[in-house]
Amino acid sequence: MLGRLTLDAFKHPAVTTGGVVMMTLGLIALVAAITYFKKWKWLWKEWLTSTDPKKIGVMYIIVAFVMLLRGISDALMLRSQQAVSAGSSHGYLSSDTFQQVFSAHGSIMIFFVAMGMVFGLLNLVVPLQIGSRDVAFPFMNNASFWLYIAGMVLMNTSLAIGDCSGAGWLAYPPLSEAQYSPGVGVDYWIWSLQIAGIGSLLSGINFIVTILKMRAPGMTLMKMPVFVWSVLGSMSLVAFAFPILTVTLALLFLDRSMGMHFFTSMAGGNAMMYVNLIWAWGHPEVYILILPAFGVFSEIVPVFSGKKLFGYTSMVWAIWAIVLLSFLVWLHHFFTMGAGADVNAFFGIMTMIIAVPTGVKVFNWLFTMYKGRIRFTTPMLWFMGFVVTFTLGGVAGVVLAMPPADFQLHNSLFLVAHFHTMIIGGVVFGFFAGITYWFPKVFGFKLNERLGRYAFWCWLIGFLLAFVPLYILGLMGATRRLDHYDASLGWQQLFIVAAVGVALIGLGVGFQILQFVVSIWKRKENMDTTGDPWGGRTLEWSTASPAPEYNFAVIPEVTTRDAFWEMKKSKTTETAGKAPHYEPITLPKNTPSGVLIGAASFAFGFGMVWHMWWLVIVALLAAITTLIIRLNNEDTEFTLSPAQITEMEASTGDHGRLYL
Amino acid sequence: MNEDVLAIDRTQPEVEMAAQKRLEDRTMFGFWVYIMTDCVLFPVLFAVFAVLHNNTNGGADARQLFSPAYALVETILLLTSSFTSGLALLSARRKGATFTVFWLLVTFALGAAFLGMELSEFHHLVAEGNSWRASGFLSGFFTLVSTHGLHITAGLLWIAVLIANLAKRGFTPSVMRKLGLFAMFWHFLDVVWIFIFSIVYLMGAV
Repeated sequence: MLGRLTLDAFKHPAVTTGGVVMMTLGLIALVAAITYFKKWKWLWKEWLTSTDPKKIGVMYIIVAFVMLLRGISDALMLRSQQAVSAGSSHGYLSSDTFQQVFSAHGSIMIFFVAMGMVFGLLNLVVPLQIGSRDVAFPFMNNASFWLYIAGMVLMNTSLAIGDCSGAGWLAYPPLSEAQYSPGVGVDYWIWSLQIAGIGSLLSGINFIVTILKMRAPGMTLMKMPVFVWSVLGSMSLVAFAFPILTVTLALLFLDRSMGMHFFTSMAGGNAMMYVNLIWAWGHPEVYILILPAFGVFSEIVPVFSGKKLFGYTSMVWAIWAIVLLSFLVWLHHFFTMGAGADVNAFFGIMTMIIAVPTGVKVFNWLFTMYKGRIRFTTPMLWFMGFVVTFTLGGVAGVVLAMPPADFQLHNSLFLVAHFHTMIIGGVVFGFFAGITYWFPKVFGFKLNERLGRYAFWCWLIGFLLAFVPLYILGLMGATRRLDHYDASLGWQQLFIVAAVGVALIGLGVGFQILQFVVSIWKRKENMDTTGDPWGGRTLEWSTASPAPEYNFAVIPEVTTRDAFWEMKKSKTTETAGKAPHYEPITLPKNTPSGVLIGAASFAFGFGMVWHMWWLVIVALLAAITTLIIRLNNEDTEFTLSPAQITEMEASTGDHGRLYL
Repeated sequence: MNEDVLAIDRTQPEVEMAAQKRLEDRTMFGFWVYIMTDCVLFPVLFAVFAVLHNNTNGGADARQLFSPAYALVETILLLTSSFTSGLALLSARRKGATFTVFWLLVTFALGAAFLGMELSEFHHLVAEGNSWRASGFLSGFFTLVSTHGLHITAGLLWIAVLIANLAKRGFTPSVMRKLGLFAMFWHFLDVVWIFIFSIVYLMGAV
């Protein structure tokens, strides 16, 4: 009945128990608060079942932020362990726990923080920027979100029931095979990524169709905002890369549960095939994360420099060059495999070539700023921090791209420092900039600038303190994932500096939370009454803040790039008392199907992990039945009449809004 | 919000038509993109099979295990079912409900027969000790072929739902759209099978 689930699954070392207790208390507090304030119905009707991409986007970002807290706690544990565990001291984490913590840190940060922020921001911004009322498939969008949640919950369940994977964030075999990792940790890892990954794949399809089929009239491809271009590039990568992940995870699970021999070290398995496959997905994944961040900067820099983006066309070409090249470099993750000099040389050169389109983008942003009237708002600070860190990390990347150098640096902390520079200094800074920039569009008021600046400086300085020592340690020969080292190596001071850096980043996150709280508390001081708080250039700023659920009462007509900027210049935004003419608007209704499919997927994953086959079958049937019922429901939309729209428009307050 | 909800205004047929056209347009395109993702999924499995196909772990290899003639019968069944699914679509376009259901049933029967043959082959292999546990090669074979088989199973379920829907609602735009998508899906599975037939069975036999 319970498969291999026994009471032993609930026995944990003290550190893990602490985590479980905190997580449980947090959950209880959340449930109690919602019950106390009688918000369940509101939560269900307004948020959980919503098909409005703006609300789905907000939910993604909230969850990603909560997961960021977990990821940062993991990071604090790792670095504090390393700061004390030298010589005769062995720190407070056992090797086993340490392995689980770094595996969880990596998996959560990539799949549930970075991916959550990507999809959150996409949902908030893409429909608005292309002048659309929704995404192409609203129900699928909601279901994707719930698959992401199912994966997230499964990943966190592994902390409480059973154990977390200790096989690293990519679970290389043969270590991740049943022979060497007999517990449930790797299975949890597989199914949490598999379920969330299918959600990502569906979102990828959804946004490709949205961008290619739902743009406002007149918005040709070359008139799209560069953020939309970068999303199209990123989502194309999702569509091409995520199926590889799906297969790879499935094969690993078949190895573990059915006794197959894909990646085992016997009976004809080939472990290096796993490493090839996972990186054939994994390298594009890096660009899936970074391209939207590039897109964010391409929106922010022109707005806060008061100039149009320098080199629009070259930006677009650079995106597609990166998309293509990202599939041609995966082998640089394992030059030491022994593929031979020629193969290594090819992948080394390809990797260095990727620096070219990336460099083009950085120079374009800098030229956009050149002679501009720059406003140093928080989004702009994140951008300037990004330029510094990203260039540093990029140069380190080109060093690693040289196979001879890589043989020395492979598996060292130099590598760890490099990819953290790209992910934090690139992706994370980009998303923080984007969240600050688009926050007023979603909520109707700006975030507190002062606290935003504090958060930025903590993040930037904390980041440098945390990772510059790692570059040095890497060059000194420190390998990654060490839970203990010899005191005579002289590494301890640097590890202590790194730990202080992580603590400073933690402080930055604290400021961000404070920033949200204070901004909501004192929202009257930062109201956005115009719908255009920054002097924006693109269509999302032409509608009210917060944007109504139909986004645009009248779909705008686009004739140029930076459509809204041109409209403002040619004064077509002024209506001079003319009553706008509204057509009826059809919108998707809310649906509980996404929540149900997410719940069934979680049960399915849980059953797979614990070999409760009955649960697997029941959950699968539940998911399929829900899907069939939903897909054959022909009553999924409602229509707002012109009278209702007039009323809703009036109630949002007419502040020089755009009526075309 | 619910008080504000009105039924879609069916008195404006041209508005309704345009909305249906747009929906059709993006659903079709979305389905093509989905098929493209499957065009990555299957090649990965083919690549895995190609890497592992000589790793027989001292056991039987493709030449000893597979019968191209048997696979040819499977191929014919599946190709025919693809043809009949096309006939179903043509009948539906002429609003011939009886013929549509008839051809869908034929498609279902042929697909089910194909699946039966595949399962019977699997059964024989396992009974003779050549299960997926035996070698990397057989792991690759079983996974590749059964992934296709799972898609076929999903297709059979889809046919059942289509027939039920057709009986309940007749040829609504939604049913027509799904019929078209199904035909696309089924043809695609045919194409994948042709590759399996060529690479696994024919190339294995020589």
